[in-house]
Amino acid sequence: MGPTIVAAFLASLVEFVEALTVVLAVGVVRGWGGALVGSGAATLALLAIIALLGPVLSRIPLENIQLAVGVLLLLFGLRWLRKAILRASGIIAMHDEANIFAKQEAALRQLEGSRGGLDAVAVIAAFKITMLEGIEVVFIVIALGAGGKGLLIPASLGALAALLVVVALGAAVHRPLSRVPENTLKFAVGILLSAFGTFWVGEGFGLTWPGEDWSILGLIVGSLAVALIAVRVARATRARRHGLTSRNAS
Amino acid sequence: MNGLKTIFAELLGLFVEDGSFAVAIFVWLGLVWFVVPRVPLPRVVQGPLLFAGLLAILLESVLRAARRPR
Repeated sequence: MGPTIVAAFLASLVEFVEALTVVLAVGVVRGWGGALVGSGAATLALLAIIALLGPVLSRIPLENIQLAVGVLLLLFGLRWLRKAILRASGIIAMHDEANIFAKQEAALRQLEGSRGGLDAVAVIAAFKITMLEGIEVVFIVIALGAGGKGLLIPASLGALAALLVVVALGAAVHRPLSRVPENTLKFAVGILLSAFGTFWVGEGFGLTWPGEDWSILGLIVGSLAVALIAVRVARATRARRHGLTSRNAS
Repeated sequence: MNGLKTIFAELLGLFVEDGSFAVAIFVWLGLVWFVVPRVPLPRVVQGPLLFAGLLAILLESVLRAARRPR
C-alpha cells in the first residue's frame, strides 16, 4: 500500500506542477476568473471519468486487467525513465517551468479577447492543460490501483495529496514551482512505475518471481542501478562523440 | 475534429515517444510470452529474464540517443 501511495503522489505531483505553470500564466495574463473556471470544469470532467471507469474496472477480474495495465504502465514508466536519463546526462534539455511560464505568458498576451469578465481564451487554455495533465493522473491512479485489491483508494489518496500540495504552493507563491526537482521526480517515478509494470506483466504472463511480491523491491533497486549506469555511460558517449566532432571540425 | 486529434495524440504520447523503443518493448514482451512457457527454463529465472531484457532495451535506446548528432 505504501509504495502505491508514494508512486501515485510523486507521479501526480509532476503532472500537477506542469498544469499549475500554465494555469498561473493564464491567470496572470487573462484573469483568474477564466483560469479557475477552466481548471474547475476540467477537474469535474476528470472526476466524472474516474466515477465512470472505477466501478467498471472493479468488475473485471484482476488477472485480466493486471496484464493490460502492466503493459501500459511499463510503456509509460520506461518512457519517463528514458527521458529522465537523457536529461540527467545532458542529451536533452532539462524541463524548465520558469521558461515554459514565460513562453505561455507571451503567447497568451498576443491573443485577443475580453479582459473583463469571463475570458473564453482563459477558460479554454486552463481547461485544456488541466484536462491533458489530469488524464495522465487518472491513468496513473487507475493503473496503480489496478495492481491489487484495495489499491485504488491509496492511489487516489496519493494523487489527492499531490493536488493539495501543488494548489497550496501555487496559491502561496503565485509563481511557477521551478524549484521542484522535476527531473529527479521523473527519474524516481519512472523507476517505480517501470518496476510495478514489469512485475504485473510477469504475473499476467504467469512467470515466476523469486520472492514473489518482494521481488518488486529488487526490480526497483535493479532499475535504479541500471539507470544510474545509463546516465554515466550516455554522458561519456556524448562527450567522446562531441570531442571527436570538435576535433574533426578544427 | 482537431480537439479529438489532439486528445488522441496526447494519449498516444503518454506511452510512446520514441517509436523504435516502444516497438522493441512490445517485441520483447511478445517473445517472453511465446518462448518462456515452451523452453525448459528454471522457474526462478523467468521473471528476471523479462526484467533483464527490458533493461537492455532501455540501455540501448539511451545509448542510441547519445550517439545521435546534436
